[in-house]
Amino acid sequence: MSSIKSFSVLPGFGLSMGFTLVYLSLIVLIPLSAVFIFTSQLTWAEFWAIVSAPRVVASYKLSFGASLAAAAINAVFGLMLAWVLVRYSFPGKKIVDALVDLPFALPTAVAGIALTALYAPNGWIGQFIQGTLGIKVAFAPLGVLVALVFIGLPFVVRTVQPVLQDLETELEEAASSLGANRWQTFRYVLIPIILPALMTGFALAFARAVGEYGSVIFIAGNIPMVSEITPLMIITKLEQYDYAGATAIAAVMLVVSFVMLLIINALQAWAGKRTGRDR
Amino acid sequence: MSIEVKNLHKQFGSFTALDDISLNFPSGELVALLGPSGCGKTTLLRIIAGLEQADSGSVILDGENASQTHVRERQVGFVFQHYALFKHMTVFDNVAFGLRMKPRKSRPSEKVIAEKVHRLLELVQLDWLADRFPSQLSGGQRQRIALARALAVEPRVLLLDEPFGALDAKVRKELRRWLRKLHDELHITSIFVTHDQEEALEVADRVVLMDHGKVEQVGTPDEVYNHPQTPFVYGFLGSVNLFHGRVDDGHLHVGDDVLHDLGENYGPGSEVYAFARPHELDIVVDTQQVSGLSAKVNRVLSFGLNSRVELDGINSAHGQHFEVELSPQRVHELSLTQGQIVKLVPSKLKLFQRDSLHKDHHA
Repeated sequence: MSSIKSFSVLPGFGLSMGFTLVYLSLIVLIPLSAVFIFTSQLTWAEFWAIVSAPRVVASYKLSFGASLAAAAINAVFGLMLAWVLVRYSFPGKKIVDALVDLPFALPTAVAGIALTALYAPNGWIGQFIQGTLGIKVAFAPLGVLVALVFIGLPFVVRTVQPVLQDLETELEEAASSLGANRWQTFRYVLIPIILPALMTGFALAFARAVGEYGSVIFIAGNIPMVSEITPLMIITKLEQYDYAGATAIAAVMLVVSFVMLLIINALQAWAGKRTGRDR
Repeated sequence: MSIEVKNLHKQFGSFTALDDISLNFPSGELVALLGPSGCGKTTLLRIIAGLEQADSGSVILDGENASQTHVRERQVGFVFQHYALFKHMTVFDNVAFGLRMKPRKSRPSEKVIAEKVHRLLELVQLDWLADRFPSQLSGGQRQRIALARALAVEPRVLLLDEPFGALDAKVRKELRRWLRKLHDELHITSIFVTHDQEEALEVADRVVLMDHGKVEQVGTPDEVYNHPQTPFVYGFLGSVNLFHGRVDDGHLHVGDDVLHDLGENYGPGSEVYAFARPHELDIVVDTQQVSGLSAKVNRVLSFGLNSRVELDGINSAHGQHFEVELSPQRVHELSLTQGQIVKLVPSKLKLFQRDSLHKDHHA
């Protein structure tokens, strides 16, 4: 034990570490392990039958696919929003800044109802999109994406913003005095600095999107095999008092999400090491 | 390459940063822009680099009007006070950056780039740091890398914005000498901004003194130090003692005291400011002596080559402080005590008309 202890001006490593572990166990690990314990009531054959049912598999595809797409969209536009908020001053900037947090604060059901009303075939926006482009937004997979983009936006903006604030404009000036054009300055100077924060934002937006339920079920239309998300499948099982079935699907979701977050973290660590930040 | 600026004017809100500046920087010289903070020297440098736009006036590089040219195309090397190194790149990649960003047609091969980068790193004597990251270097090393990075693209001029401002005194002195040596080897037209008069006088071929967005004096270090043309220049280059007085019959009257033999002609009754450097003053213990200014000894500081005596003004000069630099022997001879009343006798005195000072200082 003494090998991990090193001298520090603030004492209390033992106590705080112990507290951290107990707290993490109570709040995160024990509830999560219950998922696996419930699941273990099933035999492997039963388990496999439940989690590989065509309707459930379709929901995985939609849930994880739409979440990744939404996180990617948010990474691009969230970065742009953060850039505008940090670099420029304009009237009403404070209000725009506050608006970014709204998806955090709004009950998800409210967001879902509002989005559905807008994008429904007879809604304000929906009728134009369906009328002119012939694309159905609400009650289709696209609607799921819209809802997930909406709720994931603040994560990217709020993680990238502080990094942009700390970014010295001198770096850009140095790059352009060395002959780099705008794209090169962005690609080789700015992006490598922003990337770790952007990836964190992406991971958070993704994680939030995978677990989202409230806003999605209104706009998705919940058509089997087309626009059902995995959390909905879990709820459906619960409503049928099929607790073991519900936790089986939950376990699959949990493992996939965990692996994906692990990969993102590993990528981040790799990016950090490559740029000398961790040395 | 020569640099010329004509009638530059720059305004930040109600603050005038540059007020009709016209200057000529001959090819191959190392020029210092010297002045207190807020005098406009950094703004001038940034306008020459193209990082900032003047409200009016023009920047002429090598006889060509470059006012509308983007910083990218001006071919200037710029060195920042806080280095502005790319933290996510190794030292090697930092120096290679400018070469790698060239358009494909004129971009050298990686092999040529590697050779060139190593040559530059040898020039700044840091070849052994090529694989490190900027965060692993000391301040002095970072600034030398920043310089190597700027030189990699073979700039026509080198502009340095307070290059040693963030370094500690010892490293500063070392880098100063090193910059001078480097300039003697490369002969690239260079301008550096500083607020440290010692640095400017020691390193530069010529010094441009600025205050309140105006040029006060341009000249060699010797010219500006020994022949200051304005009270500002006199006061800025080294410590100074100031007396307010009136000229009458060729004598300077300061309160009840009189100084004889001014050597300069001023109309009778003209109000003047008189300046003397600490080493141009002597102390006389005999207060009955006719010529001299009365003062009270406050402290005697005896360390280093010369001793310093700090004095407080009395009578009309009440509240003022004076500083005299004497040899240790002289101090020993005088055996001054605190509170003693003595007379200050200048060996040299520089007079400026009082109204000229007002005009210059309230722009």
